[in-house]
Amino acid sequence: MLGYIMRRIGVSIMILFGSSFLVYNLAAYASDPLAELRLSADDGARQQIIALTRDLQLDVPPPLRYFLWLKGILGVFVGKLNMGMTREASSVQEELAFAIPVTLRLVLAASVTALLVGIAFGIISALRQYSRFDYAMTFMAFVLFSLPIFWVAVLLKEFMAIQFNNFLSEPSIPLKWMFIFSCFTGVFWSSLFGGERKRFWSVFAGAFATGFVILWAIDFTDWYLHPGLGPILIGFLSVGIAIGVASISTGLTNIPARNAALTMAGLAVLWYYPAQWLFNNHGSYLVILLMLALIVGTGFICASLFSKVDRGPIARTAIITGVISGFLLFVDRIMQSWQPYFITDAVNGRPVPTYGQRKDQLVTADFWLNNLDIIMHLILPTFALILISLAGWIRYSRGALLEVLNQDYIRTARAKGLNERTVITRHALRNMMLPLSSLFVGEFVGLIGGAVITERVFGWSGMGTLGIRAINSYDLNLLMGVTLLLSTLVVLGNLLADLVYSALDPRIRLVKE
Amino acid sequence: MKLFGRREKPIGEILSGGESAIANKEVEGLSLGQIVRRRFFRHRAAVVALFLLSSVIVFVMTALDTKIGPLRIPGWWRWTVEDIPDLRFEDCPGGTIGCPTLSVNPFSGFGMGTHPFGQDDIGRDYFALVMNGARRSLMIMFIIGFLAGFIGVVVGSISGFYGGIVDAVLMRLVDFIQTVPIIIIAAVIGKTAGRVGPVFLALFLGLLTWTGLARLIRAQFLSLRELEFVDAARVAGASNARIAFKHILPNAVGQIIVTVTLIMAGAILTETALSYLGFGVVAPDVSLGLLISEYQTSFTTRPWLFWWPGFFIITIALCVNFIGDGLRDAFDPRQRRRITKKDRLQAKLQVKAGA
Repeated sequence: MLGYIMRRIGVSIMILFGSSFLVYNLAAYASDPLAELRLSADDGARQQIIALTRDLQLDVPPPLRYFLWLKGILGVFVGKLNMGMTREASSVQEELAFAIPVTLRLVLAASVTALLVGIAFGIISALRQYSRFDYAMTFMAFVLFSLPIFWVAVLLKEFMAIQFNNFLSEPSIPLKWMFIFSCFTGVFWSSLFGGERKRFWSVFAGAFATGFVILWAIDFTDWYLHPGLGPILIGFLSVGIAIGVASISTGLTNIPARNAALTMAGLAVLWYYPAQWLFNNHGSYLVILLMLALIVGTGFICASLFSKVDRGPIARTAIITGVISGFLLFVDRIMQSWQPYFITDAVNGRPVPTYGQRKDQLVTADFWLNNLDIIMHLILPTFALILISLAGWIRYSRGALLEVLNQDYIRTARAKGLNERTVITRHALRNMMLPLSSLFVGEFVGLIGGAVITERVFGWSGMGTLGIRAINSYDLNLLMGVTLLLSTLVVLGNLLADLVYSALDPRIRLVKE
Repeated sequence: MKLFGRREKPIGEILSGGESAIANKEVEGLSLGQIVRRRFFRHRAAVVALFLLSSVIVFVMTALDTKIGPLRIPGWWRWTVEDIPDLRFEDCPGGTIGCPTLSVNPFSGFGMGTHPFGQDDIGRDYFALVMNGARRSLMIMFIIGFLAGFIGVVVGSISGFYGGIVDAVLMRLVDFIQTVPIIIIAAVIGKTAGRVGPVFLALFLGLLTWTGLARLIRAQFLSLRELEFVDAARVAGASNARIAFKHILPNAVGQIIVTVTLIMAGAILTETALSYLGFGVVAPDVSLGLLISEYQTSFTTRPWLFWWPGFFIITIALCVNFIGDGLRDAFDPRQRRRITKKDRLQAKLQVKAGA
């Protein structure tokens, strides 16, 4: 295996040499960094030409200059990486070091959310093949496939930011909109559950009533100005989550699993006030990580308390419940920062920003305010990216699950009397995930490349913005820095996809044994 | 159906027999082309999309004057991109200028008016601009589709058919091209090539987007070349080229067409994105992406400047995607017709009649 990986890496490095050589020369011959300066007859311009020629070694012809650049890159093996200088005489790797986390934050948030939502929709779509829900999802996926992201971005800015901010200055939901929105919710849930006419209408009525009551409560309590969940709501939600997770993960007939999940939900409520104290006084990522570790530990203890056999699935159920309930605590704390955030000078009652990645005035603010600020800036670009990549996941997962459901082993599993939940979650879903796992890497790398446009529209200063700056100012070293990074990601991503696939699927062996 | 209509069989078995009977009877004695055509026309969304796309193409292509060398075919629309008529002020909402005159009113009827999509800042007719942009985008889309399809098929076939060292070299070439970030390198070229024209940009993009298709075709060839009909052709004395292109390739034609439609739908989005960034089609030439990028800030005051180019991009991409989906279903050999309620009812009735 190690030999295989080494060989693949070797080939990848050769490919990177080739492609960087090609791009370097293409870019060098296609653009003249001194063109503008040459046009001016100014004496300062001549000085600049001489300085730039010296600094960027422009007197060396591009094919040879490539090897000078390469020498700096190969320094990475001896710990002295040198990606060259930009035109402004700053170091390329420093610029990249600032840009990479920004782009990663954007793409990671978007791709993980799109993955989860898309796969969930795809699975339901496949389980209800040829239903109304399926047709609606298919149509939606095609529309999303055809949307140009820059166009969506402008719409989002208008309707999700500007209009929403206007709405917040005088918040009240008119009855008409409550009605329309609840109708929509009702149709969504009832077509999701499917079934005969009677079931359709009962689900519709339930969802409609719930939606209407929630909206009315939000409007009545002015929730959008002082949002928060509070221990009581968290308690109800956690119990709901516990039952939901248990019924999907092990089935409600598994009493120990159900009890373990409910215990975790109860613990989440008991933890509410201690967690508040911890969050307020020691808000940091370390505390959150420690709490996560605590949840996992408690999950295992719960599992061993409730059962002596078959503890794995029980622990899994308990931990998933615990993590989601714990996340509610986190959400609640973030929501509590809404009011102070809302009235800060930098925000001034318009909380959804259309531009930039964070507010510089809030960098020194406390942990929660700062995080809320980052989240608010993430909302629009993440939403745009999700819309674009959601379609792919819906189609992939629908197709993959349908393919699996036609296999003989599913028929066998049904024939031996397993219930539908077990057949779907144990036999179908796991096999469906195999092809998807290798797609995720490619999708992720693709999103990083595609983030160029998103960053431009939303004014983020990530790698895409660097790339555009490089092209506009004919900055060869900067351009090569961005390109090399993207190409390396593609190569590593392909390798990783193959390795993940062979690790998950025992039928696939990369090396002949 | 009579075959299954015997009394002692349970109804479930009769129905399941009926399903395959329906599927088999449908394709009996038909050529591949006929089967595909029938299945395609059953896909309602795809047929609508095909009709819509051809209407859009005809509409867009005939609207403005077409110059082929010295020949000049006049279009049916009164303005051209160069005309600068007076800006319209009267009956515009909120003191805006150059608002659209298009009226789609069920009572007073449909009217285009002088400027159906409105006018831009200096008074140029926006309908003419959008038509010109849509024409550019369509042209670029087809060039990329044909070029990428051609290269992908040739490289994929050769690679899969010969295997060995040829395959290894060609597949490294594919890896190599896949590592080049398309948007960035196209932007580098577009920055200089903007002056050369959109055709050059399309050709360049076509040279970069064939890799996925080549991989697919290669995989098809690798599995097909081991089958008996290839041996049979070889024994009959067929040359390599004949086996590759006459015997194996037709089996992959479904995948080729579907992938090419996907490439085309992706191409129109890439081209508009590049133009939006300012690296694709540049002024004074017009493209849909360029129009959106120019007028995105006037969305609140004059939204029509933003809606129409977007509408054409989405319509074209959506139609191409739906046609691709219809073709995929039509070419899929495993696909059987969905058994509708009507079929079930008919089968039951037939069973009863036979009993």
